[in-house]
Amino acid sequence: MLSYTKKLRRRTTVLLTLVAALMLPTIAHAQIDVGVDRFTVEPLSIAVPDFIPGSAQAQKLAVDIATVVAEDLERSGLFAPLDKRAFLSRPVGLAVRPNFVNWKPLNAQALVVGEAKLSAEGQLSADFRLWDVFAEQPMTGLSLTTSPSNWRRVAHLIADAIYERITGERGYFDTRIVYISETGPAEKRIKRLSIMDQDGSNHRFLSDGDTLVLTPRFSPTQQEITYLAYFNNQPRVYLFNIDTGEQEVLGDFPGMTFAPRFSPDGNQVVMSLAENGNSDVNVMDLRTRQVRRLTTHPSIDTSPSFSPDGRQIVFESDRGGSQQLYVMNADGSNQHRISFKSGGRYGTPVWSPRGDLIAFTKIQSGLFHIGVMRPDGSGERLLAKGFLVESPTWAPNGRVLMFFKQNKSDAKGRGGNSRLYSIDLTGQNEREIITPVEASDPAWSPASSR
Amino acid sequence: MRINLPVVVAAAFLLAACTSASDEGDGSSSDGAATTTPSSSGTNVATASTGSGAKPGSQLDLEINVGDRVLFGFDQSTLTQDARTTVERWGAWLEVYPANRLVIEGHADERGTREYNLALGERRANAAREYLVSLGVDPNRIKTVSFGKERPAIPGSNENAYAQNRRSVAVLDAATN
Repeated sequence: MLSYTKKLRRRTTVLLTLVAALMLPTIAHAQIDVGVDRFTVEPLSIAVPDFIPGSAQAQKLAVDIATVVAEDLERSGLFAPLDKRAFLSRPVGLAVRPNFVNWKPLNAQALVVGEAKLSAEGQLSADFRLWDVFAEQPMTGLSLTTSPSNWRRVAHLIADAIYERITGERGYFDTRIVYISETGPAEKRIKRLSIMDQDGSNHRFLSDGDTLVLTPRFSPTQQEITYLAYFNNQPRVYLFNIDTGEQEVLGDFPGMTFAPRFSPDGNQVVMSLAENGNSDVNVMDLRTRQVRRLTTHPSIDTSPSFSPDGRQIVFESDRGGSQQLYVMNADGSNQHRISFKSGGRYGTPVWSPRGDLIAFTKIQSGLFHIGVMRPDGSGERLLAKGFLVESPTWAPNGRVLMFFKQNKSDAKGRGGNSRLYSIDLTGQNEREIITPVEASDPAWSPASSR
Repeated sequence: MRINLPVVVAAAFLLAACTSASDEGDGSSSDGAATTTPSSSGTNVATASTGSGAKPGSQLDLEINVGDRVLFGFDQSTLTQDARTTVERWGAWLEVYPANRLVIEGHADERGTREYNLALGERRANAAREYLVSLGVDPNRIKTVSFGKERPAIPGSNENAYAQNRRSVAVLDAATN
């Protein structure tokens, strides 16, 4: 039996409640299977007709939810939503078995039938069923009730459920991105802390641009960001509460603190601390505010990132003469180099939420690359390259990376545009994430629902 | 009297000899109209100030008559001989204006990752600071701040721009006086 009893992580601004768990027969022989690893297979063709409106007032929501579901699935590269204009019929109701004869000629392998209703109290209810068209069997379903203003989250959660059922991987559509918006000439670039849904919607600036801000990272457990800000021209690591806008400096250090990232349990921030020109990796316990120094080498040691089990930290160091990747235990012991390919400099390592890979930026032969390697340094694969690509961040399912790409500028400063892109772990499906202005330093939120 | 080299010549020189390219005279010419006058040679900064229009002991004085920046080779933070000469002039200038304090800004070109460049800028700023301290300047008069690749002196994705952006810049501390 399939039963959806998702617990949604509480957001102060968004409350979503599930009111019904659907009970559907288990599929013994589902014909649909999109393996994320086997990306070279054709994307799965899926029909996502407009949801059935429960009333005239729900008409627009019914169309909009289906549109966002289809857009989410399409952007993943694993699904090919069919053109609605080719449909031979419209679903008439959730309780009515679809007339599969009308969907098979379109080669729709999957069909989404949904309903959107508004209650007398003004609550939005959305229900859907995912059907295997050729097996003529239901695959999954979900029922969600919330304020109509949350309709996009409803659509993302439905897309997540479809993605999960068909790929076997967790969905990542109900997530957000914190990043840096950029405007103005390079010499006096204005940078603003910004946040948006993973598809670019619900965009919000979180800072005013008066202060230089860099490298935001999401807390894995709270609606918080840690980032670098230059208040009073002193670069320091800050904690920022997304809901309240309140922030605080982390620690009281004489020198620059930078390159912060949360530990997987959200209780620590690992960062670099500069002292007399030397940068070392330190970790701060957010409850006790105690700081422990993890590296002592007279080299640049920075960009630390915890493994998802919290037991190891990958970081970059030039102790061997050039910028390379190293792994150490979380207490600083057993520091060892993992990047050995000749001729490249490696930076910005980020451990995958699945633990199996480390993403990085590689500089080689005048070009920048986004790549991944296993934590022992083996299996290096370069996924994206360009004049300047940098700063990979993992979708919470460890299957998609986002990064930024900056192009060349001429002697008058024209060009040099910076944009966000996502790419599948296979190196396929590179997509620009549209932002209101130029963008850099993306950081993916954790999965919103667990 | 130094000659303000055209940028194209400077770029060729840099390609030929990267680590010896840190010429303060070239570097100071990159920062707009205020610095188009080459600095005079020698360390007699007090007399050099006259006739430039810059108020003695001011930031403009530092830029025009002393030279406010030193340049570094790619991924380098060691002061070149030229850079040391410039920093020695900063020391002499600080001796003439004992109330003045400096913030030394460290910068990097755009051909590195953001966090590494922040660390590299810190190293560059500190290299100049340490040399000043070794010359006898009170360490409390010199702060450092790294901007990494965030504040290039001049725009452009070319070797000349990169050479001028790999720099430490002496800025009169606002806390002065």
